[in-house]
Amino acid sequence: MSLFTKDIACQELVELVTAYFDGSLSRTERRRFRAHIRGCPHCTAYVEQMRQTIETTGRLTEEDIGPEARDELLEAFRGWRDGRAT
Amino acid sequence: MAELALTLPFAAKRQDARLMPRIGPGRAKGAAAGDAEIVERLRDGDERAFEELIDRYGAMMLRVARMFVKDRASAEEVVQETWLGVLNGIDRFEGRSSLKTWIFRILTNRAKTRGERDSRSLPFSALASAEAEADEPSVDPDRFLGPDSATPGAWAAPPRAWPEDRLLAKETIGVVEDAIEMLPEAQRDVILLRDVEGWSPMEVSDALEITDGNQRVLLHRARSKVRAALEEYLDPEVVQP
Repeated sequence: MSLFTKDIACQELVELVTAYFDGSLSRTERRRFRAHIRGCPHCTAYVEQMRQTIETTGRLTEEDIGPEARDELLEAFRGWRDGRAT
Repeated sequence: MAELALTLPFAAKRQDARLMPRIGPGRAKGAAAGDAEIVERLRDGDERAFEELIDRYGAMMLRVARMFVKDRASAEEVVQETWLGVLNGIDRFEGRSSLKTWIFRILTNRAKTRGERDSRSLPFSALASAEAEADEPSVDPDRFLGPDSATPGAWAAPPRAWPEDRLLAKETIGVVEDAIEMLPEAQRDVILLRDVEGWSPMEVSDALEITDGNQRVLLHRARSKVRAALEEYLDPEVVQP
């Protein structure tokens, strides 16, 4: 089992996943990260779960502005437009 | 604690490139394609153009405003004021930043002024630092081998692949929603902007006035907790080996 490389332990790797995704690891850190997941199916599974977590979070939708607020805005827009026209 | 502004049902609105983790450092984008056109139409008084902007940014603006002010009513007022600011300032918009960045700058300025008047208990940046400094492991330390083992820090109870069909089920999104709702405030705000709204790291640290490092730490904490909640739901046995 190659659960541990001399540079980085699984327990450390799980702290670096977001920085890895954001591309903010140093070159050395990134190389170690990649070398570790190449040899470690468990961390590969972990990184995949983080990816799936991000994707699932991306499926949430936000609250919409209410129809009343929207009508008010369109009303304000017309007032603004008419003010410009004159 | 502020309520979370998320509602069912989860119409999968934006299943696009945003769903992929963004690789590479976030950069503030210049004027996005289409900005010039919509600005021109707005200046010409085209109501459809204004509606398009409301559809594009309205909900996101409400959520961001909620991060600075005490209740929904105040947030709605801030959003309305922002739109008026956008209309009154549109002739001065020069396209040096994207339209979105410009609009959200107006929004956060108004929201902060308003938030100070409402005397929110703690500025967001202080909250963010406090949450980022707390020492929280991403994964329960019991799931790794201890210092006396031959391979300290290696998985003792490793994660296992999740069943794809259950991951995609509607109920699973509810698990994510609940997990986000339980997060400390700053972590929740950052994950909403980054992973729900798809903002870049720089857009988030600018809007919330936190450092890039804190932004990332908060996001990482938030994602790690949501992952743990998903694992507990999808693969409960592995959590209690």
